[in-house]
Amino acid sequence: MYDMFQALLQAPSYHLFFEALLIIWIFKLLFFSKAYAPESVLTEKEKEELIAEWQPEPLAPEIPDDHPVLMAMENNIITGKPGKYVTINGKSCVNMATLNFLGMAGNPSVEAEAIKTLKKYGVGSCGPRGFYGTMDVHLELEDKIAKFMNCEEAILYAFGFATIASAIPAYSKRGDVIFADEGVCFAIQKGLVASRSKIKWFKHNDMEDLERLLIEQAKEDKKNPKKAKVTRRFLVVEGLYINYGDLCPLPKLVELKWKYKVRLFLEESLSFGILGSNGKGVTEHYNISPDDIDLIAASLENAIGSTGGFCCGKKYIVDHQRLSGLGYCFSASLPPMLATAAIESLRLIDEKPGMLVELRENCEKIHSKLSDINGTVIVGEPISPVKHIRLAEPSTDRDFDVQTLQKIADLSRDNKVAVTLARYLEEEEHKLPLPSIRISVNNQLSDEEIDTVFTTLSEAFQKIITH
Amino acid sequence: GFVPLYQTWESFYSWYVYRRIQDCFCRPVSGVPGAKMVVIDRESNDHRWSFQYTGGHSTVLNFGSYNYLGFSQNSGPCAEEVEQTIKNYGVSVCGSRQELGYLDLHKQMDRLVADYLGVEDAYTVPMGFATNSMNIPSLVGKGCLILSDELNHASLILGCRLSGAKIKTFKHNCMKDLEKNLREAIVDKQPRTHRPWKKILIVVEGVYSMEGSIVKLPEVLRLKKKYKAYLYLDEAHSIGAIGPHGKGVVDYFGLNPRDVDIMMGTFTKSFGAVGGYIGGSQALVNHLRLYSHSAIYSSSMAPGVAQQIVSSMNIMLGRDGTREGEKRIQQLKWNTRYFRRRLQEMGFILYGNKDSPVVPLLMFMPSKIAKFSRESLNRGMGVVVVGFPATPMTKCRARFCLSASHTKEMLDEALQITSDIGDLLAIKYSKAEPPSYSENDVPLVEDS
Repeated sequence: MYDMFQALLQAPSYHLFFEALLIIWIFKLLFFSKAYAPESVLTEKEKEELIAEWQPEPLAPEIPDDHPVLMAMENNIITGKPGKYVTINGKSCVNMATLNFLGMAGNPSVEAEAIKTLKKYGVGSCGPRGFYGTMDVHLELEDKIAKFMNCEEAILYAFGFATIASAIPAYSKRGDVIFADEGVCFAIQKGLVASRSKIKWFKHNDMEDLERLLIEQAKEDKKNPKKAKVTRRFLVVEGLYINYGDLCPLPKLVELKWKYKVRLFLEESLSFGILGSNGKGVTEHYNISPDDIDLIAASLENAIGSTGGFCCGKKYIVDHQRLSGLGYCFSASLPPMLATAAIESLRLIDEKPGMLVELRENCEKIHSKLSDINGTVIVGEPISPVKHIRLAEPSTDRDFDVQTLQKIADLSRDNKVAVTLARYLEEEEHKLPLPSIRISVNNQLSDEEIDTVFTTLSEAFQKIITH
Repeated sequence: GFVPLYQTWESFYSWYVYRRIQDCFCRPVSGVPGAKMVVIDRESNDHRWSFQYTGGHSTVLNFGSYNYLGFSQNSGPCAEEVEQTIKNYGVSVCGSRQELGYLDLHKQMDRLVADYLGVEDAYTVPMGFATNSMNIPSLVGKGCLILSDELNHASLILGCRLSGAKIKTFKHNCMKDLEKNLREAIVDKQPRTHRPWKKILIVVEGVYSMEGSIVKLPEVLRLKKKYKAYLYLDEAHSIGAIGPHGKGVVDYFGLNPRDVDIMMGTFTKSFGAVGGYIGGSQALVNHLRLYSHSAIYSSSMAPGVAQQIVSSMNIMLGRDGTREGEKRIQQLKWNTRYFRRRLQEMGFILYGNKDSPVVPLLMFMPSKIAKFSRESLNRGMGVVVVGFPATPMTKCRARFCLSASHTKEMLDEALQITSDIGDLLAIKYSKAEPPSYSENDVPLVEDS
């Protein structure tokens, strides 16, 4: 302190003068300057005028009552059971539209189980899983699914769409990277958006494109190893794609997974209960152990003929969703009668794997027959239960093609074969597939019925296209 | 090797805090969750990493399930009709609405829901959570503004995020804050580009499930009309539960249902089924029928569940020829007033409106919730306790969900148990005056 005082006395006067000026200026800035006023402060009157002038867009655009899709829905109202035959407007048609591959939707023993459960549990479970909505039938179904798939644990959701859409954001957060196939279904796309991660799309079933992306990612990781250590990487594919009817090359995917250390999420809505000699899905089909897949998700709304979905895998992975899966924690659980219907379906599949052989044979028969229809291209593997029939020479106008296909579908429905167009939200899909008629095969079709389907569709296409 | 799936700091809560009290949540139930339920006993030998079943069952009073009108029954007219429907229509449909999954039963259900609410038309979805997350994106998008209450449910938050619109929250039920946000939005316009907003959507709930508070609907409607915004009202907990005719919060305030642009609700709580609906103008419902994600990408509602909704709504509307619907509404109201009055007289701090059947009882200390839950189960009552992250860390609570199927004896037993535990845990904090309302103003419908 004494030294400083001495220095002050010995300093030259101009130095002291500048120091004093500086201190006065700082003082003025701190206490006496006006705050900068923004140039555009509006008066109250101007604000009121702005508020009065503003007009929002209408909440929903006016849609005419005769919009083609609305008309298609109204003309195709179903009465009665949508089993192998479906009654539309009083006419009984062969059902080639709903995803009822193993005929569980009309199965009497499944119905009997559901009614038995109804008499014990009522309809709704009246609460989410955390708050007295966990019934013993849910725990039983989770157990049975885990045993069926040879996994450690399974978790049950109340809705098929919500299953994969809640599973992906539970693990992948902002800053993580997800490699996804371009042809994945809409539920997966919504899950990817909800996760807020970086999405890298690779061309549908193109393993070289995927490897290219993985190599790029590896290069970036080398540049920034610290960040790479905390960036999780995921690979999301479907077992059997609903938009294209083809299988994913699972052996190659597993090889890439181990090589580049990405976690593999497999969505098996269309292959669970259908592929493999026991119905265990695409892992059994390719003879790969489910331990190689980090998470298998599937919907129970297709082959199993109930409602809901499940995820299965190692306990360490699946348990995380019990606290962070949004569709699990914040939603009421599956109605008990639908859970026991699923248990019964699983039991039937276990007991009679012959159903799967019948389904496969029917798929192959239909595939070979439908390839003979003039003017069409059939898309999908021969063993896939979902096939898309596209126009061989599509016009440039998508709406026109959709209308043509709708006329064909209507005509074939009038001749007692019920088919549907594959519907999409055209503006929201990542990669919109071409318009098509979607055929879904079930295992109960006899050869005569397959012939009827072929002849009716063939005639309908003939009539409308040559017009 | 692989990047670790969970960061340690993310899992801290679930492994070290939640796990210790995990036996208070996810309790398995056997049988119908009516006024009483059968809880399966379980114990843990490894500090609650896993549970084993002892083989025993306890029948306890059910104050945890959402069963406001008591339709969670396994016998009676609803159950019989559902059984018949399963025989006629099967267990499930396996197809989406636009792809041959549209039954005449769905059309009947949509019409009935629209009549119940008093709107032009309605659209139903098989999952309540998905009703919000799949339909908000088809109504608003980029360039729109969503003003949502800070305590909105996770499904609303997810739907708003998926839509791509800008989201701003306002303080819970604070109309001044909402008005301030509305004015700023219209005057200041979109940040950076300064284009005017395309649409402004106000998202509120009818009855908030963790607070028990009822939204100030007349004020919200006044603001909505003044600033030309649209209102999305989520009546998950209020449809069927409040209002003189059980038609929700619009009925409670005596307002016109056509003033609310989008009336959304679920069937899980009051109607003993699952699923959700959106009601509104014909243009809105047509738009949803075409562009909602659930119309195209998910299978439609199971026929049995649809029949439960149709049967229970027919009872509530009185179309079955009895006064059963009216009786249930009045019983629920009586139960609510009586239970709340007695709890407040005992000295507990409760949140929420005097008419809301959701009764949160504040305990404040996180450790007390575990003791409350275990003690009440031992004494024969099942309640829900909630702590972080559903509520702030210092405002943990127990939540009672009243039902029309609770009798006065059950309520008295529950009150006795609660009072005993309250003395044990010293949670009778209230120093307020005893309440001025009473259940005697509610006329009950006698059995004829």
